[in-house]
Amino acid sequence: MVSTQAQKSIFYRLHIDPLLLLGIFSLMGLSLTVLYSVGGYEMLIKQLIRLGIALGAMIILAQISPEMYQRWTPAIFIVGVLLLVAVLVVGHIGKGAQRWLDLGFTKFQPSEIMKLITPLMVAYYISQYTLPPRLKQVFIALLIVITPTILIAKQPDLGTSILIASSGLFVLFLSGISWRYITIAVAAVVGFLPILWFYLMHEYQRGRVLTLINPEADPLGTGYHIIQSKIAIGSGGLWGKGWLEGTQSQLEFLPERHTDFIFSVFSEEFGFIGILLLLTVYLFIIGRGLWIANQAQDAFTRLVAGSITLTFFVYVFVNIGMVSGLLPVVGVPLPLISYGGTSIVTLLGGFGVLMSINTHKRFNIK
Amino acid sequence: MVKQRISIRNHSAESTLFMRRTLVFFIAILFAIGMLISNLYYLQISSFQSYQTRSNDNRISVQTVIPNRGLIYDRNGIILAENRPVYSLQVIVSKTKNLKENIEQLKELLALTESEISHFNNTKRQTRSFKEIVIRDNLSPKEVAVFTVNQHRFQGFSIQANLKRFYPFGDLFTHVLGYIAKINSKDLQQIEQRGDSASYRGTKYIGKLGIEKYYEELLHGEPGLRQVEVDSWGKVIRTLDFTPPVPGKDLKLNIDIKLQLKAQQLLGDYRGSIIVMNAKTGGILTLISNPSYDPNLFVQGISRKQYQKLLQSKDRPLINRATQGRYPPASTIKPQMALLALDSKVITESTVIYDPGWWIVPGSNRRFRDWKHWGHGKVNVSRAIEESCDTFFYDTAYKVGIDRISPFMEEFGFGKYSGLDIGEETKAIMPSREWKKARFRAPWYDGDTISVGIGQGYWTVTPIQLTKATAILARRGEIIEPNVLHSIISVGGSFAAAHEPQKPIQLHDEHYWDIALQAMLGVTSKRSGTAHRAFANTSYSAGGKSGTAQVVNMKEDEKYDASKMKERHRDNAMFVAFAPFKSPEIVATVVLENAGGGSSNAAPMIRAMFDEYFDNQAATSDIKPLGF
Repeated sequence: MVSTQAQKSIFYRLHIDPLLLLGIFSLMGLSLTVLYSVGGYEMLIKQLIRLGIALGAMIILAQISPEMYQRWTPAIFIVGVLLLVAVLVVGHIGKGAQRWLDLGFTKFQPSEIMKLITPLMVAYYISQYTLPPRLKQVFIALLIVITPTILIAKQPDLGTSILIASSGLFVLFLSGISWRYITIAVAAVVGFLPILWFYLMHEYQRGRVLTLINPEADPLGTGYHIIQSKIAIGSGGLWGKGWLEGTQSQLEFLPERHTDFIFSVFSEEFGFIGILLLLTVYLFIIGRGLWIANQAQDAFTRLVAGSITLTFFVYVFVNIGMVSGLLPVVGVPLPLISYGGTSIVTLLGGFGVLMSINTHKRFNIK
Repeated sequence: MVKQRISIRNHSAESTLFMRRTLVFFIAILFAIGMLISNLYYLQISSFQSYQTRSNDNRISVQTVIPNRGLIYDRNGIILAENRPVYSLQVIVSKTKNLKENIEQLKELLALTESEISHFNNTKRQTRSFKEIVIRDNLSPKEVAVFTVNQHRFQGFSIQANLKRFYPFGDLFTHVLGYIAKINSKDLQQIEQRGDSASYRGTKYIGKLGIEKYYEELLHGEPGLRQVEVDSWGKVIRTLDFTPPVPGKDLKLNIDIKLQLKAQQLLGDYRGSIIVMNAKTGGILTLISNPSYDPNLFVQGISRKQYQKLLQSKDRPLINRATQGRYPPASTIKPQMALLALDSKVITESTVIYDPGWWIVPGSNRRFRDWKHWGHGKVNVSRAIEESCDTFFYDTAYKVGIDRISPFMEEFGFGKYSGLDIGEETKAIMPSREWKKARFRAPWYDGDTISVGIGQGYWTVTPIQLTKATAILARRGEIIEPNVLHSIISVGGSFAAAHEPQKPIQLHDEHYWDIALQAMLGVTSKRSGTAHRAFANTSYSAGGKSGTAQVVNMKEDEKYDASKMKERHRDNAMFVAFAPFKSPEIVATVVLENAGGGSSNAAPMIRAMFDEYFDNQAATSDIKPLGF
């Protein structure tokens, strides 16, 4: 890679990646369009404010150099884990919701920090050794991933703990652990499933899984959401019913239209063509992310950039999969499109780290 | 910083490895997106026709019809909890044309107050624009008429008729019925865990306390479904199909409103409780805890200020004293202590001790006073119960020992839940060696046993436990389970409470029961009995026992003088009784906090309750519930 004019451009000095930013702005535009259709002007304004805050966080995180991230990662990770424990303890005493830590002036969700810091921590640890990592290092890395995953699953917040576990595992896979280990791990998980089903799950959880597999069996109960969602998507057809014209969403047949099920609204109003456009934007962002990862100059930044990008894809895949009836409904938002939530700050924060990695290069290889 | 082992690190190899892995993932991503797209292609292109039809059919919408909650009656068929129609004015903000102007107009039309407007504005901020917001509840028929005439000017506004729970007797039955209130997130969680989400679709209220909570599943019912055709604006055009909801079950309680009213009148300003129970079936005829509060407040949604007032009141109206109030049983448990002493052969019917007015723990100089400080003289077990001699029971408790007292008293239900079918209850404390060790990490002392012997010290009971124990005594050991529910009206018959049949209490000699019960008869009938004045000239014969529980521990030789004590430090007055003596039909407990002596204050109230039960055959037709 040669130091070119582009790298000295205004974007480089501001530590912003223009291509990523383009992708992000495209998604935000689509998001605001759909949200207006669902919730009107009021919702649009509220989301604009949130997006502003999230963009601010992204720009700030992009200014911090990768060396700084590397230096502070262990400390922040340990504090994050302690906060998770604190949330469990406080929540236990208060017998209330266990995700939030009330700091007096604001409420704060430590699991959001963990979404970012967990892959950083695994990368920090793994990159100290030569790659691919040896078995012992793999085990310690797994321990780093499992600790926050279990603490968050206990809250209980299944969606977030899945995202955190996968972000940590991506680092491991990217670090080049041998396919043999991967095969063994997959086999172990598959072997564990029957134990989970027969011994560890409650009756109502099993019931939920069964309706996931066959939602039509319970059309007025849990299956209702997924059936209405599929009708919304399917009736959109090739070109969609048009903006503000989606009867499923406008007549309020769809649940959670502005959050988890916003993809259904989008599909109903903009059809198959709209979906292809949306997926293209996502693919563009993911491609750019992986490109940045490959251009990174050391193992730590490579692994971090790769993991952030891949986790972003997990959001997309799980959300679209669940609203179109391929996957269980686990409560994962469609990234940068769904309304509100603290998750938008975390997502853009991740892109901030990506931008930092791409714009803080110490030396030029070749 | 990183501890890089530069020497053995092959950067370009690592970089290549990473690139290969990224490539694998990129291919996987393409594959996954391909999967999503092919599924979406299937939905939107291949199955388009079918989904389009279903979407159009969605003009037919399925609405949930909330079931009517079951009604609650007393044993005479007087309604204690009902559903009354109320009209409320609602608005859906996204459907309005000129909201601000309309609100101004409502100020004139319905005299909308500033506080109602600010409440509406607050709610509006927290509510999605397509959800309805209630502007005013409880519209009068006149207001309904006025608004309906002007309806065309108010787009997006509508009047909804709903049924609202109403407790016509206000605070009279709060501690029995409990109340229903809006479902909160905690309730939702519980509903989901029970797997009842489908039944509660659309339901806004749930039982929070008392009978309303305990029998929630019976009272709630199953929702119905209404298939309606809606126009492209979502407005209902006509009903296509209707599956009626299954209303909740109507319940009949054992409670007798006449007795309940009498009890409330007797309690007046006292803090305390009265329980009257059928001695054979355990059916609760009266259960009242004073002071009480109006449950209708909670149905409407109580204001923070009102709730704080209830919460912080020194009189603690939110506590159900009958089942949650913990009091030292005092002398009311002397008959049971006598039974135990006889049964464990520590004393016989003819054992006589001399009471000089005090008792000293053998081998020490710790002195326990009798309430009669000049002493009862020579007493046997019968006189000890009739005159409530403390010294006699100090001595027997000392000889019996705590290891026999605790298990025996537990058989009478002390230290255990009575199982009454309103959830709120405490076990109180039946002390034992193990209990004290766990609670205070201290060994049990003889002195502890002596206090327990006269129902003081660590021992606490609830009024419902006392009632149950008295019934067991009156029924000579048969275990009586208290219950409020008489029957489910549509089912008929009497409701079989889910109590396992229990083994009755067996004594070595049936005659012991006679000794204890005869002495209780003496309490109310002999000239020397503590309550003979209260029970003079009754049309029935009753057995009873008084209790006067110390609230503040007094020093060894201090005398009790009610007039000089602060009101909250005065003794608790208690009385337990059953009647008729030969074949007990009812038992009752009265506990009055800080009222002084049990015989002088509590006994006359039981007398009055028994008179009402046995002598007053007046009809219930003149009982008037609260107005709207």
